[in-house]
Amino acid sequence: MSHPLVEARGLRFAYPDGTPALDGVSFRVHAGESVAVVGANGAGKSTLLLALNGLVTPSAGEARIGEVPVTPATRAQIHRTVGYVFQDADDQLFMATVREDVAFGPLNLGLAAAEVEARVQAALETVGAAHLAGRAPYRLSGGEKRAVAIAGVLAMQPSVLLLDEPSAGLDPASRRRLITLLNSFSHTKLVATHDLDLVLDTCSRVLVMRDGRIEADGTAAAVFSDAALLARCHLEPPLGWRQ
Amino acid sequence: MSRVEAALRDLRLADTLAARDTPLARIDARAKVVVTLAFLVAVVSFDRHAVAALLPFALYPAVLAVRGDVPARWLGRKLLIAAPFAVAVGLFNPLLDRAPMLAIGDATLSAGWVSFASILVRFALTVAAALAVVAGTGMHTLCAALGRLGAPRIFTAQLLFLYRYAFVLGGEASRMGTARMLRGGARAPSLAVYGALAGHLLLRAFERAERIHRAMVARGFDGEFRSLRAARWTGADTAFVAGWCGYFAAARAVDIPQGLGRLLTAGIP
Repeated sequence: MSHPLVEARGLRFAYPDGTPALDGVSFRVHAGESVAVVGANGAGKSTLLLALNGLVTPSAGEARIGEVPVTPATRAQIHRTVGYVFQDADDQLFMATVREDVAFGPLNLGLAAAEVEARVQAALETVGAAHLAGRAPYRLSGGEKRAVAIAGVLAMQPSVLLLDEPSAGLDPASRRRLITLLNSFSHTKLVATHDLDLVLDTCSRVLVMRDGRIEADGTAAAVFSDAALLARCHLEPPLGWRQ
Repeated sequence: MSRVEAALRDLRLADTLAARDTPLARIDARAKVVVTLAFLVAVVSFDRHAVAALLPFALYPAVLAVRGDVPARWLGRKLLIAAPFAVAVGLFNPLLDRAPMLAIGDATLSAGWVSFASILVRFALTVAAALAVVAGTGMHTLCAALGRLGAPRIFTAQLLFLYRYAFVLGGEASRMGTARMLRGGARAPSLAVYGALAGHLLLRAFERAERIHRAMVARGFDGEFRSLRAARWTGADTAFVAGWCGYFAAARAVDIPQGLGRLLTAGIP
């Protein structure tokens, strides 16, 4: 078995008002794995992704990306390796044009202009949005925004992708394109989602979260055939699931 | 689309305009910052009754708008939105300063009216120039230029975030306004409801701002703004600065409209 690329050991986190979000989360994800994080609203999925990327600092426990512990001191280094696609693409897109927005990350890495241009072009082509390069992001459709937000992360060439609700708000055709896109990536992926059909199409392994803990960790088949587990975690078997 | 939302989209047009490759966009942003500052100082330094002497300064925003391909209608609309502030500033001048100053035929114009007109002209000149520069450069590039000119990073970052969050706050306000209207009908909300709305708006904007900041940090943002457009100072930039500063100095030293008037009336006995 290959070396774990993403590792969480006893992660704990509570929001300043005292609401616990993570209550001892441990797991390992190996290079190239595609893992879904599912669970009810407020189960701690988004917080977990934020902790893996160093955007929230856990009160106890440790996350590691490869050999590097995720701490405020290593944050810049972590952000080169781990790309984060936010739930609301509008939170992520803010430059005047799509091209400049995708260039934001690579420019912050301190790359030369020619290298930045090449990465922007490549990332936009990967997500099929090269024709949008000169457009203003706030004028794009939901599906286009999502594609551009993903391109902005790809342009930093991370080895791990964290995606928070990537299919939320997409029409069926855009969602299908997203699934094809996700399956074309060789990155290690963690996908937090309520879209269990998307899980079925893109992820081989499923982490089920409940009240800040990992309730189950197994193959999609094992998780989706456990009716009691699904009911306990406010989930339903996906429509595409046939036993 | 609500009126707030429409206004925000209109404001955002500045960014879209700035992203195009116009002759104005090609000029180094630092040159535009320096010249515009010189312009503002020159316009503000005039005597409070100056009106005609200010008119030659209209050349600068006009040339910016043309070279930057900034639509005159857009510029005019933005000026109109800000106009009430200038009117409010000068409102009492005609009432307080009634000394006669100008006689046109039988009618006399008091000094108060002249200074009021002066305030309006100055407002139109300075705001039009600032808008044209933003629309011909882009807020991001402009902030980067301010930084390179030595403005503290905390200041440029604040300026950019102010600009960025204005849209966030406006968007939230617009959605909350729509939601209130749908459940509150046409009745004007009570003060208590307004208070609740304002408090909610603040909290929501905080959360949103935090998410946006996280999204920026996740893509390596460290407080410094970098631009795709390589900033290279060229001879054209030097000429831009020297030419305009020279023109402002001349227009400040010599009352061009008065000179032209004398020249025209010199032949008339």
